[in-house]
Amino acid sequence: MTFLLLFWEFFKIGMFAVGGGPATLPFLMDLAGKYDWYSLEDLTDMVAVSESTPGPLGVNMATYAGFQGAGIPGGLTATLALVLPSVIIIILIARFLTNFSENPMVKAVFAGVRPAVTALIAAAVWGLFKVVLVTEEGSLHTGPLILCVAVFGLMRIRPLRKLHPAAWLLAAAVAGMVFRL
Amino acid sequence: MDIKALGELYLTFFRIGGLTFGGGLTMLPMLKHELVRKKNWVSEEELLDCYAIGQCTPGVIAVNTATFVGYKREGIAGGIAATLGMISPSLVLITLIASFFQALVENIWFQHAMTGIKGVVCALMLNTVITMARKSLVNLVCVTVCVVSLILALFTPVPTIAIVALAGLFGGVSEFLRKKRGEKGGHRQ
Repeated sequence: MTFLLLFWEFFKIGMFAVGGGPATLPFLMDLAGKYDWYSLEDLTDMVAVSESTPGPLGVNMATYAGFQGAGIPGGLTATLALVLPSVIIIILIARFLTNFSENPMVKAVFAGVRPAVTALIAAAVWGLFKVVLVTEEGSLHTGPLILCVAVFGLMRIRPLRKLHPAAWLLAAAVAGMVFRL
Repeated sequence: MDIKALGELYLTFFRIGGLTFGGGLTMLPMLKHELVRKKNWVSEEELLDCYAIGQCTPGVIAVNTATFVGYKREGIAGGIAATLGMISPSLVLITLIASFFQALVENIWFQHAMTGIKGVVCALMLNTVITMARKSLVNLVCVTVCVVSLILALFTPVPTIAIVALAGLFGGVSEFLRKKRGEKGGHRQ
């Protein structure tokens, strides 16, 4: 039963997550509230691991979420379900629609979807902020908050802008251990 | 069906998936190198077309590209082989890391490290949101769609899928109305 649910939920994500990897985040957040596969807290771990492991972000997150839900076969189920809509849609487009991305109607629909996806990701990130930066008693988690602000600031500096996310995550792990956050 | 050609598709996309981080646009240089220069499977123009399609279809962009190139080479079986190649490294690596994770959760040093990492994940995600906002909020209509969606997402129980569908419908209907108006006025933009 869990496998059927995993398949159905990730098939829907593959069907509606427009804009690639980060667009899966709001959907994964919904799942955290709907099932007991993983918590919102786990989701931040999943994002961290997916960002610092090779492979497309969306695929990594699906494998991780599925694994949390039902072990190795769960990861396999979720990942295959995520990519199935892509495979079907892309093959149909490649076969029948030569000028798909030039079509004004297609362009208009996705011009409407894109700002909405930005909003959905922003809302999901706000949710992550609340989980990571606020304690259960409602006060602020100063350690992670300082790191978050510091790294966000450092990322604005030109020579550091191109630095790989994994480098920041590694630095954060070291800082966490040194300051015993 | 050419088994050897399918195997080559699988292995090529396996290498691309296993050697690039992040997917999407960050994968483009690697795809160019492997598919255009080394294999000569697609032209640079076709690859960019494929990216354009990837951005107006749902799903992970890297996977869409793999399916597209695989299909162009070897039909449906090729599309499937390339896609499986692209997702295989993720399946193996993430499963391994996730298993390690479960064994490490109790360790106090690991917990310190993860607390630090979580703070930085927030910064990275905030950065993603800003990048996406810069790209997608190009005019007042886009800003309005974004604000309305944000309000719906944060303060109402409207499901995520419904918000995506509504925004797509809005885009489609406004294009339809614009066209109609253009026809009535006797000239089109």
